[in-house]
Amino acid sequence: MIEVEHLSRRFGSKTVVDDLTFTVKPGEVLGFLGPNGAGKSTTMKMITGFLRPSAGSIRVCGQLVDRSPVTAQRTLGYLPEGAPLYADMTVAEFLDFVAAVRGFEGKERKTRIDAVIDKVHLESVLHQSIETLSKGFKRRVGLAQAILHDPAVLILDEPTDGLDPNQKHEVRALIHGMAKDKVVVLSTHILEEVEAVCTRAIIIGAGRLLADATPAALEARSPRHHSVILVTQNDASPTPAQLGNLPGVASVEFEPTDSGDRCFRLYPLEGRTIIGEVQRAACAGGWRVESLRLEQGRLDEVFRHLTRGGGDDDRRAQA
Amino acid sequence: MNGLKAVYRRELAGYFNTPIAYVFMVIFVALAGLFTFYLGDFFGRNQADLQAFFDWHPWLYLFLIPALSMRLWAEERRSGTLELLLTLPITLTQAVLGKYLAAWAFTGLTLALTLPLWVTVNYLGSPDNGVILASYLGSLLMAGAYLAIGSCISAITRNQVIAFVITAVTCLLFVLAGFPMVLNLVGGVLSERLVETVASFSFLSHFQSIEKGVLGGFDVLFFLSLIAFWLYATVVIIEMKKAD
Repeated sequence: MIEVEHLSRRFGSKTVVDDLTFTVKPGEVLGFLGPNGAGKSTTMKMITGFLRPSAGSIRVCGQLVDRSPVTAQRTLGYLPEGAPLYADMTVAEFLDFVAAVRGFEGKERKTRIDAVIDKVHLESVLHQSIETLSKGFKRRVGLAQAILHDPAVLILDEPTDGLDPNQKHEVRALIHGMAKDKVVVLSTHILEEVEAVCTRAIIIGAGRLLADATPAALEARSPRHHSVILVTQNDASPTPAQLGNLPGVASVEFEPTDSGDRCFRLYPLEGRTIIGEVQRAACAGGWRVESLRLEQGRLDEVFRHLTRGGGDDDRRAQA
Repeated sequence: MNGLKAVYRRELAGYFNTPIAYVFMVIFVALAGLFTFYLGDFFGRNQADLQAFFDWHPWLYLFLIPALSMRLWAEERRSGTLELLLTLPITLTQAVLGKYLAAWAFTGLTLALTLPLWVTVNYLGSPDNGVILASYLGSLLMAGAYLAIGSCISAITRNQVIAFVITAVTCLLFVLAGFPMVLNLVGGVLSERLVETVASFSFLSHFQSIEKGVLGGFDVLFFLSLIAFWLYATVVIIEMKKAD
């Protein structure tokens, strides 16, 4: 459990984290979203006891981090941004070092290390020095040191940044597999990642909390949520007015396409679902439908809307 | 204590993971020999002691110790491992001590490689072994003081070259503090008591009095308190500059 209350951090006169309050419960995977420089990393550095807050408090498993950082650090695993590692050590030496610092001795140390090697598949590079590893392996070593002691709280700062799609998928699967009854906080600016692994998302901008909801609830905030996209062939197509008169339709947008087909986006009235109506009208009117789909709303739109505060601006950029 | 021990062992092993250890040891022993036999005229002196050897230590340390200490914290900061290290369940003091003790132990190991000189001088004559032992301990203490200064300055910057140069210059000031040249210079500005204070900070005078075979409590205390001060400063500086 992580409890963050009125957390602020200033660097000189610059406020990087501004009055953040949130809690994360076991079993939750919290996605920490925000543009670069929004204060994600700084918040994580404070939760892990690396930086001290300028104001506010953080409790990790009931322990005040500021008062007893070492106690809190025992219960948490942390992957700092970019997964820094001691490059001149081999993977085995490095994991042994981390296990020693965490106070594991003798047989238990070996069991722990073996378990984690197995979990993140490091057997093949065990005796290679870390500087010779690929980015994907380095990230796995970083993850390995973070989960070695089976922590109750896992803080991951951009765990998939800079990895190729396969490696990203792997890391996400790992996180997903560990998430049960742990508290996981991960920061990212890849929105698909939030949809893929997070049960909850927090969006921060300029150090402030902008949104705190499930990814699905955030998507529903998109102006395009539940809008219907209809593509028809040019020679058998409805007019925008025809579409606008359908029951439940609030407005229609005409979107140009490259292929010469006609593409319409229909926005429903509040709380209505209109895809059925459109389908029936298409049959009755004899339109040649190329495609008809329901849009779920897009997280990146919501993200941009919240962090820049410019909804109209977005739509123009899309068109 | 787990943390301190683990950091110490990692750090010490780290010297041998890279060529640093071997380069440092070979150069130290080679230069110590060169200075002792050629510049110190070990044989020409016709005396069964190691003064010709120990007299060069403050100068050897002057450029070799900064080379050892420059990476202590600058490297952690540059590579980002500082964040990794300090979010493991250890206190900053443990981390600083662990790294420092490893560097000191490594210096001690290097110093131990010069023991054949001791054997040689015992073979050639009958030296006062008490004096030699005291000198070795004094030399180790002095190296510790150099290292503590280096540790602190390495914490200020992420650039190892800057850490090297500033450490060397700071150590030079401590060595030269007892020199008439420096004392005459400050003597023109400062009162006599302050000049004495400056002189009392000289590594050279403290080391020389140990070298005479008097491992006096005062000289030992001088080096130990200097080490404590600079290590404390290291902790304060890292704490202050974490955010950078």
